[in-house]
Amino acid sequence: MTSVRLVRKTVSTSAAYVLLLALSFTILLPLGWMLTVALKPDFAPVFTQPTQWFPTGDWHWENFGRALTDPSRPFLRYTMNTLVIVALNIVGTIISCSLVGYAFARLRFRGREFLFGILIVTLLIPWHVLLIPQFLMYFKLGWYGTILPLVVPAFFGNAFYIFLIRQYIRTLPRELELAATVDGCNHFQVFWHIILPLIRPVLAVCVVFSFLSSWNDLLGPLIYLLRNEDYTVAIGMANMVSRANPKLNLLMAANLIMMIPAIVLYFVAQDKLVGGIASVGIKG
Amino acid sequence: MTAGVAATVPPASPPPAARPEPRRRRTASQRREARAGLLFASPWLIGMLTFTVGPIVASVVISLTDWSLASPPTFVGVDNYADMFASRDFRNSVTVTLTYVLIGVPLFQVAGLALALLLNLKLPGIRIFRTIMFLPAVLSGVAVAVLWVQLLRPEGAVNNTLRFFGIDDPPGWLASPDWAVPAVVLIGLWSIGTGAIIYLAGLQNVPPELYEVARIDGAGPVRAFFSITLPMITPTLLFTLLNGIIGAFQVFDIAYVLGGSRGGSGGSLSFYLLYLWNEGFRNGRFGYASALAWVFVLVAAVLIVTILKTSNRWVHDESEEKP
Repeated sequence: MTSVRLVRKTVSTSAAYVLLLALSFTILLPLGWMLTVALKPDFAPVFTQPTQWFPTGDWHWENFGRALTDPSRPFLRYTMNTLVIVALNIVGTIISCSLVGYAFARLRFRGREFLFGILIVTLLIPWHVLLIPQFLMYFKLGWYGTILPLVVPAFFGNAFYIFLIRQYIRTLPRELELAATVDGCNHFQVFWHIILPLIRPVLAVCVVFSFLSSWNDLLGPLIYLLRNEDYTVAIGMANMVSRANPKLNLLMAANLIMMIPAIVLYFVAQDKLVGGIASVGIKG
Repeated sequence: MTAGVAATVPPASPPPAARPEPRRRRTASQRREARAGLLFASPWLIGMLTFTVGPIVASVVISLTDWSLASPPTFVGVDNYADMFASRDFRNSVTVTLTYVLIGVPLFQVAGLALALLLNLKLPGIRIFRTIMFLPAVLSGVAVAVLWVQLLRPEGAVNNTLRFFGIDDPPGWLASPDWAVPAVVLIGLWSIGTGAIIYLAGLQNVPPELYEVARIDGAGPVRAFFSITLPMITPTLLFTLLNGIIGAFQVFDIAYVLGGSRGGSGGSLSFYLLYLWNEGFRNGRFGYASALAWVFVLVAAVLIVTILKTSNRWVHDESEEKP
């Protein structure tokens, strides 16, 4: 009896591992192929039979440097441009969303619950409707062709991050805040000295998501940026594909460079990222 | 992603009762607190009015005009909406988007759930497999698409692999209009880990006692899946279903990279948002593009309401059992 069960369990466990390994290879092999191509010399055959999934003979690491400094598409420039946008988005998001999150979590004012309801409703609005009127507004303001439309809104809060921060603050015990109030702290001092240090974990989640969404964004830069020297990595990559006969090794090297920050962030903050994505789908 | 968030948000609880304090002092400190509250919330208040409410109102008006940057707007009533339904390009982009929904959404649901079940097994080293499978979730759509353009070439790695498994005449993928949307679905399957994260969270919310009881009652794993797992995770399934459909209307990056800004050969990759972007920002038809946006809003609203209304028949609600 028990031996039959043991055999069965062994078989199903092995089957699970075989499946898991097969699926993992499906994820990793395309990335391996990309690295292989990125390390090849110029004009070397890329579409070989059979496919070379992992680099074997060629190790042209200088391709990454060449991809970054290629004069026709200055990738280093694109990277710097993107990092400026990313940094401003993170700073703006953290400042505005933590202040607003604190107000909704702790400070009692008239209409608070009503406004919080509106905040939830704004999460539901498909942003397609906002594209055209926002563009016309920024155009009238003279912001077309600058990074302002891509960074200024971050300083005015984001409903989803405010929601996350507000939920997090509500789980914190109030004793410290009450003690600080008794000691004569005003609301800003309570926020600065008590709340801000305590909500670092949820702020980290916001930083990670804010980084990824502005680093990966294509539509926004595509609408608002006009000059090649202002382009972000996403536009640079997207426009390179359509060009006839680009050097595939440099294209793949550039593509890897675009993926690396996200991959590094993923390995540093995997639990926060996965937890953040999961929290969107389940209650709480 | 945003649309589902509110659906799963618990109702806001009433504010905690005010602390009993001497009357005069309370009003003074309450007033100070209310002022601070509005001040702290003001970035969002201003932003919400300027960047959301104002544009939405404007968008309705714009959709009733003929507006390009070259000339002042003229009021045209519902002409934009009428033009839309007469336009071949519009019908094509709806067809492309719905084809993606019909092929992709069921496939993503089943594959995402299957992967989550696999990753939920308590096996040594399972965390490593999770790490690998979730990796595509963080990669940018542009970078993923740039990679897959090469993999999907007729002589590329995907077709090499298909030939290896005995499929001698593999599809042309991006080179053939009929296979362009399936190619996008294939890329979606490669990134299925994103969906699996949400399913996995749903699975881990199922109380383990239920499985214990089922096991004692002699139910096998298949029976346990259909009697416990599936009913318990229907809220997650509903959320991902809504997300999947709405997500189809937001496909942009991958279609742009795979098919170019005009949406592929013969418009085979002219997804709804790409079409809207083309009409609005390349052809400068702001009125028409706004009308497109509103049609999508109506479709999304009808979908969400229909699914939520019928959902009580098939979505498990824990509150029903714990009155």
